[in-house]
Amino acid sequence: MGRIYMDHSATTPVDADIAQAMVKFMTEDFGNPSSIHSFGRDVKKAVEEAREKVAKAIGADAREIIFTSGGTESDNAAIIGVATANCKKGSHIITSTIEHHAVLDTCHHLEKNGFKVTYLPVDEYGMVKAEDVAKAITDDTILITIMHANNEVGTIQPIAEIGRLAKEKGIYFHVDAVQTIGKIPVNVDELGVDLLSVSSHKIYGPKGVGCLYIRKGTRWTPITFGGAQERKRRAGTENTASIVGLGMAMEKAVANLEQEVTKLTKLRDKLINGITANIDHIQLNGHPTFRLPNNVNFSFHFIEGESLLLSLDMKGIAASSGSACTSGSLDPSHVLLAMGISHEVAHGSLRLTLGKMNTEEEVNYVLEVLPEIVERLRQMSPLYDQNYQPKKECCQHV
Amino acid sequence: MYSEKVMDHFQNPRNVGEITDASGVGEVGNPTCGDIMRIYLKVEDNVIKEVKFKTFGCGAAVATSSMVTEMVIGKTIDEALKITNQAVAEALDGLPPAKMHCSNLAADALHKAIEDYKNKLAG
Ligand SMILES: Cc1ncc(COP(=O)(O)O)c(C=O)c1O
Ligand code: FES
Repeated sequence: MGRIYMDHSATTPVDADIAQAMVKFMTEDFGNPSSIHSFGRDVKKAVEEAREKVAKAIGADAREIIFTSGGTESDNAAIIGVATANCKKGSHIITSTIEHHAVLDTCHHLEKNGFKVTYLPVDEYGMVKAEDVAKAITDDTILITIMHANNEVGTIQPIAEIGRLAKEKGIYFHVDAVQTIGKIPVNVDELGVDLLSVSSHKIYGPKGVGCLYIRKGTRWTPITFGGAQERKRRAGTENTASIVGLGMAMEKAVANLEQEVTKLTKLRDKLINGITANIDHIQLNGHPTFRLPNNVNFSFHFIEGESLLLSLDMKGIAASSGSACTSGSLDPSHVLLAMGISHEVAHGSLRLTLGKMNTEEEVNYVLEVLPEIVERLRQMSPLYDQNYQPKKECCQHV
Repeated sequence: MYSEKVMDHFQNPRNVGEITDASGVGEVGNPTCGDIMRIYLKVEDNVIKEVKFKTFGCGAAVATSSMVTEMVIGKTIDEALKITNQAVAEALDGLPPAKMHCSNLAADALHKAIEDYKNKLAG
């Protein structure tokens, strides 16, 4: 068995046809889209075609799309742009405790600059409640920003419901859809969103490019200055080759959605059922049904995630963990903690995120080696013997 | 990111387990990331004859635990007390900067086990 990649929520490989198409826009069609000559015009045309594709994929108008350097910039631009443009109207922002740091840290930054932010709690499955959003709204609220699905535990949020609330109250609604494009349907009107962030490298496109949808009429100001590109909304010479790649990736993601979801769901459920059947003292993190079709996240009690990742890596399996030991900050995953999971259990979390190249044989291989690895680490753990209960029935209380 | 020695000790940790009639046991929790290590010593004539460990922690924590057990076997109590976190990390050909705190676990647990042994001796 070759190396197995099950970390698709971190990033994905670029599709070969996309990579190939991109090369032309670096070597031959290298012009600057702002130039008046044919070199420039050819590329400008390709960028606008990509914009059409992206817009179509999410049910938007091409003029509502600006290209960015990725999900992080899109989140920053959405939140800071709305906050800045609407600061005379109000200074309150509503978000959740399980957002990506691209949203959370941007909100922290705004708090330092006089804005007030409500970080809504989530339930044990990592879900934000629409009624909590409703309760948090005040006359001062200018923006609600909630992710479509969480990148760690895969829980899908009640976005359409929150979208209706926001519309009723006339509050702008931003959604980070970085993890949902190509995995669940994303339509800006059906979801009722005003701004939406997308990243290319999670959908088999190149890294360092993404886009931000801004609904026509939204009061928003740019966060970059220095050029008239993107109709003065995002200064800087366009990342043309990557934009072409993103356009293709979005088109393919939507075209293949149903087929992908069926395949991914089957593999995901095989992993979840196999792990549940073969390993004791575990818990599935995230929602059992409102869940991304490619996300598996378990905590294995009494063991630590980095050890688990290293052991899997030695068997050729690439995954990720919410353990404190794997994070630069040495804090366990803020998402797992927000779900009420203890530090210790968050420590033993493992995320496997599937992609279109994964096969049933690969899933079988993971199911074969994982129990041995978990057992080996447990034999080494000072927590295991203290809590050890030989019968499976008992572990429901653990 | 880890040295070959760290990976070797992680993959094949030496002296994993427990000693039921240990002369001293030391357990420490890592305040930085919440990991735990426990060390068991068997001491005869002031010399460490046997060491076992159990660790709940990252690759570096497991490797430093394993390494410290190798370093103390056959040493006298006084010699073992002189083993520092630094020495354990060096014996593993170094640790990534973000993982230096993990080596504290091993030496601290060792020193605690020795303290426990001394307390027991004192009655
Ligand atoms: C939910 C979410 N938002 C934002 C980002 C950041 O996207 P990018 O890596 O394109 O900056 C990620 C990727 O890690 C993500 O999962
Ligand atoms: S023990 Fe947690 S980072 Fe090493």
